Amino acid sequence: MTAARAALVWAGLALALGVPLAVAATSPLLAWREPIYIAAGLAGVVGLGLLLVQPLLAAGLLPGLRMRPSRRLHAVVGAALVVAVVAHVAGLWVTSPPDVVDALLFRSPTPFSAWGVVAMWAVFGAALLALLRPRLRLLLFRLCHVTLAVVVVVGTVVHAWLVDGTMGTVSKAVLCLLVLAAAAWAVREARLPAALRRLLRRE
Amino acid sequence: MTPPPRRTLLLAAGAALAVPALAAPALLRPALAQGLAPTPSMRGGANNYLPGAAIVPRIGQGGFWLTGTVRRAGDGAPVPRARIQIWAHTTEGHERDPHSHGATLTDAEGAFRMEMPQIVPAFGQAHGHLAYDSAHDENGYETVFLRPLLRSARDTSLTAHFVLRRA
Repeated sequence: MTAARAALVWAGLALALGVPLAVAATSPLLAWREPIYIAAGLAGVVGLGLLLVQPLLAAGLLPGLRMRPSRRLHAVVGAALVVAVVAHVAGLWVTSPPDVVDALLFRSPTPFSAWGVVAMWAVFGAALLALLRPRLRLLLFRLCHVTLAVVVVVGTVVHAWLVDGTMGTVSKAVLCLLVLAAAAWAVREARLPAALRRLLRRE
Repeated sequence: MTPPPRRTLLLAAGAALAVPALAAPALLRPALAQGLAPTPSMRGGANNYLPGAAIVPRIGQGGFWLTGTVRRAGDGAPVPRARIQIWAHTTEGHERDPHSHGATLTDAEGAFRMEMPQIVPAFGQAHGHLAYDSAHDENGYETVFLRPLLRSARDTSLTAHFVLRRA
C-alpha cells in the first residue's frame, strides 16, 4: 500500500468516527438534556464508533500497523468499549432509572432496548473471554470471541438505528453500514469454518 | 384397563371448554359485552410517575397540546371530572422533574386538554405519559397508565384516549 493510500484510509477512518460524533455533539436535543444524560448519549456514539475500529484492528486491516501491535490496540480499544458501554448504561440509569430497569429486564416499550442490552452482555462476554484467553485453546477462543463480536455488532447497529436521539440520520446510517462492512470483512479474515473443522478434528 | 376411545376424550375436553365459554358472557355483560373494551396500561407508562400532581391551568410555558377523552368501558359514556395526570420530557425539563408534571380534569363530555411545553425525544422516542390513578380520583375506575408516541418529533400535539373499567 502506498503512503498516499494509507493516509487516505486513516483520514477516512477519522472522518467516519469524527463526523457522527460532531453531529451528535451539536444536536439541538442537547439543549434540553442534563449533562449526565448528554454524556450517556455520547458514550453510546463513541461505543458505536469503536465498533468500526475493532474489527479493523482484530484483522490487522489498518495500513502501517503490523498484526501484533494491531491486536494489542484491539485489546485496548476493547477495554475502552467496555468503559463506553458502562458509561452509557450508568448515565441513562441516573437520568431515568425505571426506563433502564425495564430495558435490562427486557420489558421496555421501546423496541431498540432489547437489542442494546443483548449487545451489552455480548460485549462483556467477549471481554471476559479475552481476559481468559491464556487459559483457552486458541481456536475455541477465536470461535466464541468472533461469534460474540457479531452479536455485539448486529445488536448495536439495530439499537442505534432505531433510536431517535442525538445522532444525525445520514452520519448514523453511514457509520452503521461501515461498522457492518468492517465486521463482515474481519469475520471472513477469521476463517471460522476452517477453525471449527480443525477444532472438531482434534476432539 | 383399556384406555377410553379417543373420540370420548375429545368430547369430554370439548364439554369442559364449552362450560366456561357459555358462562363467560353473563359474567362480562355489565362492562364488556356491549362493546367498548377498557384501555390496558401501556408498558413503561408509569415510569417516572409522581403521584398526585397538582391540577394546573398549563404545565410550564406551554406551546404543545396533549388532548384526549375519558370514557367508561361497555357503553362508552363520557367520564366527567376525571383527573388525568400528565408528564413528559420537554423543552423545559426531564420526566423526573416535578415541574414537568401536572394534572387536569375532564369536562362534561369527558374531554381533557392540557397545554404543556414541547415534547422532545428522550430515551429514544418522543413520547408522553398520562395516568388515570384511582388513588387520586373519586370516579371509582381502575388505574391506567398510557405512554403514547408522537408520530413525528416535530408534532405540536398528541392525543390519547382512556376507556376505564369500574374498580
